Amino acid sequence: MKNQKFNIDFIKNKKIYFAISLGIIAIGLIFNIIFGTQLSIKFTGGAIVKYSYQGDIDQNSLESVIQTATTKDTVSIQISSDIISNSDGQHNNNVSVQFPGNQAIDTETQTALNQALKDNFPDNNFALTESNSVDPTNGKTFFMKCLFAVFLAAVLMVIYVAFRFRKIGGWSAGVMAVVALLHDVAIIYFTFVILRMPIDDNFIAVSLMILGYSLNDTVVIYDRIRENRKLMGTKYTTTEIVNKSLNQTFVRTINTSITTAAAIGTVLVVALLFNLSSVVSFALPMLVGVVVGCYSSVCVASPLWVMWQNKKESNLKAQQEAQQAQKAAKKAKNKKKKNSK
Amino acid sequence: MKRVPKSVFVIITVLIFCLAYFSIFGLKITTENKPPQEVASEQTSAETADSSQTQNQESSDSNLVTSTINGVPITYEAGQEDNININIASGATVIDNNDVAYADQNTTSSESTYTTTTYVKGIPDIRWGIDIKGGVEATFAPSEGIDATPAQMESVKSIIELRMVENNITDYELYVDENNDKVIVRFPWKEDETVFNPEESIEELAATAMLTFRPGASYESVITTDDGDYQMKTPTGDTAATVLLNGEDIKSATATISQDETTKKNVYQVSLEFTDEGAVKFEEATASLVGQQMSIWMDDIMISAPTVNEAISGGQAVITGDFTSTEASKLASKINAGALPFSLDVTNYGTISPTLGARALEAMGIAALIALALIWIFMIAKYRIPGLVASIALLGQVAITVACVSGFFPFMQSFTMTLPGIAGIILSIGMGADANIIMDERIKEEFRAGKTLDSAINAGSKNSFTAVFDGNITVIIVAIILMLVFGPSNILSALFGPSTTGTVYSFGYTLLIGVIANFIMGIAASRYMLKSISGFKCLRNKSLYGGAK
Repeated sequence: MKNQKFNIDFIKNKKIYFAISLGIIAIGLIFNIIFGTQLSIKFTGGAIVKYSYQGDIDQNSLESVIQTATTKDTVSIQISSDIISNSDGQHNNNVSVQFPGNQAIDTETQTALNQALKDNFPDNNFALTESNSVDPTNGKTFFMKCLFAVFLAAVLMVIYVAFRFRKIGGWSAGVMAVVALLHDVAIIYFTFVILRMPIDDNFIAVSLMILGYSLNDTVVIYDRIRENRKLMGTKYTTTEIVNKSLNQTFVRTINTSITTAAAIGTVLVVALLFNLSSVVSFALPMLVGVVVGCYSSVCVASPLWVMWQNKKESNLKAQQEAQQAQKAAKKAKNKKKKNSK
Repeated sequence: MKRVPKSVFVIITVLIFCLAYFSIFGLKITTENKPPQEVASEQTSAETADSSQTQNQESSDSNLVTSTINGVPITYEAGQEDNININIASGATVIDNNDVAYADQNTTSSESTYTTTTYVKGIPDIRWGIDIKGGVEATFAPSEGIDATPAQMESVKSIIELRMVENNITDYELYVDENNDKVIVRFPWKEDETVFNPEESIEELAATAMLTFRPGASYESVITTDDGDYQMKTPTGDTAATVLLNGEDIKSATATISQDETTKKNVYQVSLEFTDEGAVKFEEATASLVGQQMSIWMDDIMISAPTVNEAISGGQAVITGDFTSTEASKLASKINAGALPFSLDVTNYGTISPTLGARALEAMGIAALIALALIWIFMIAKYRIPGLVASIALLGQVAITVACVSGFFPFMQSFTMTLPGIAGIILSIGMGADANIIMDERIKEEFRAGKTLDSAINAGSKNSFTAVFDGNITVIIVAIILMLVFGPSNILSALFGPSTTGTVYSFGYTLLIGVIANFIMGIAASRYMLKSISGFKCLRNKSLYGGAK
């Protein structure tokens, strides 16, 4: 009976997959230790102001103007330019000013900065594009809430999966699905770290999206396992059933990832062309997440679940064997007794 | 097997395309109005009739009376507040179905005007969040960590609301966090705004409220608020020239209930208590204005215009009228705002310029079109007929999602669309494509197992159902949790206070409606369409469905 295109032994290769996952996480950790995590000012508090301007300005003179206008400790500035030119054919440059510490700035400081830039560089059309100023306590509350939401979602997930897949050992399936989700969130986190993007509410949105996406992938595979278990009965081992289910759903897993990745990839490319940093900072990790989410369902959640089931089965078998041995021993004893009579 | 009639495919397809058309473009009809002079004269004749109606129906009468003669409020005859009717002096009127716009006579006297009536809301009517359209978000708190009472925070809220109305900003969001004494406001830039000065707008909102009592009630213009109320703006004449009392003269305002002497019904009213100095000023003012109107102004907006029935001494007064309990407490909140013992600090703010926002919107539009086209090409190339069905179903899913966001359905409120909201839609489109891919792959498998066209489609759609169902339900759980945790008022309000950000909530909302739309389109409609389309004779070739020839 050959009704599938692929025949990959996913379970046998599990050590390779686990090594890849752990390797990526290890690289991420190293980066994390070297560069540290950049928490967005939305979580830590602080202030960033962004301007667009035209023409070229020497970075040092720009820096000194900004510094004198704000009279705070050293501010850090970053200059970038748009890839697509605007309607009058001129290139837009952008400067991002980050204020030190995690205190909010007041509106007067910003007004002063606006004025100073306009006065010092009258020909460059300085225009405020974005500003953010967050009080540290507000940021902390938001961060705690995000963590709580992820936690709450994970718990409910386990309960639902445990209930729906109770026929194939629901709790273990639920827990393994969540392990795969944590794996995905960890890799998205490291993507942010490696790309030196600050952890902000985009990170939360992406994590949540991948949570949903990866979970859907895992559930589809579990569903096939549940079905095959019913069809194939107990003749086959868990490893065989899971392998078959993974291969049967493999085309679907790939095709779904292609469509989703195509949609997100388009958003990413367009955002890069338009230099929309806010969109790039969610589309890029989301693209990574789609790949990782699909990978983790096939190569992490399922093999882990097989390991758990096999362990349980062998425990059960050992128990049964022990019981049988006991029974046999008893019988033998009884026989002996009978014989002796 | 049960055949689904061929017409089902045609009907569903036509319905989806209609829904898609209207949800994207909306339906707007522009009509020419009569020249304003005629309208004005018609209005004049209608005026008298209107005002008598107003007296009977509207709850706009209010009255300023003394209270506390032996604790029994004495109500005098009601005077009429002349607000609901259109101010003829200020010009002609253009009326459409839900808005009353006031135009200045100078500008409209010779030209006829056009009114666009929106019957169905489309993508252009979507309220874009400030991260897309540009705008301002700010958090205000009492200065120096003063612990404000809930009533005081309510006053802060009412004053900010009033200032929004004053600046003609209708699509703002406003949250009060009573636990942490914070007010969060978020509003987009107006379409026609040319001067982009976010710092000034934020400072204006946080400025200390100026409450004044003035003689008479003449005003320059009338503006309409979001919920169809009218606000009188800018005092004129004698009203502008004299200030009888201001916020400092008021100790407190509270909404109270008393029983009507004759009808024995409960009446809501606003009780005012003045400071000693205020009491003297108020007595003088009322003595000189008996039988006339006195108006109460917040900044530049008239919040009440009761008629004085007699000179009021003793430092206490009651404003009566046909108030509902909400109206009474709103008015009390506004008056209290003028007497707040603290000023407001801006703790957080964020601004995004309208140009950046406009570019983001354009980019997202282009991205959406390309992404949808790519998915269509992929699906049709890969799955032929089932792929075509999937593409139509996806269009339907997007249409439903857009319709739910834009307020297309009269029973659903329009929703503010943010970047995470777009992420939610992308995920739900991914889920929609997935629902079809799972089914179509399953049909291919059934073909490989040697089934005929009809039984393969039947078995494929049946066997793939649980996978799609469980996958979608789990995602719905995630979406609901997000909405509960990050909603404007949520299950964690007790722990964290009302939401400080709407962005994650927006993700949950679009994801939820997207997945529900997927149940309708990607799961139900595409199954019917596929079973129906396979009835067409020319389309009964297995290879068109992924089977071998």
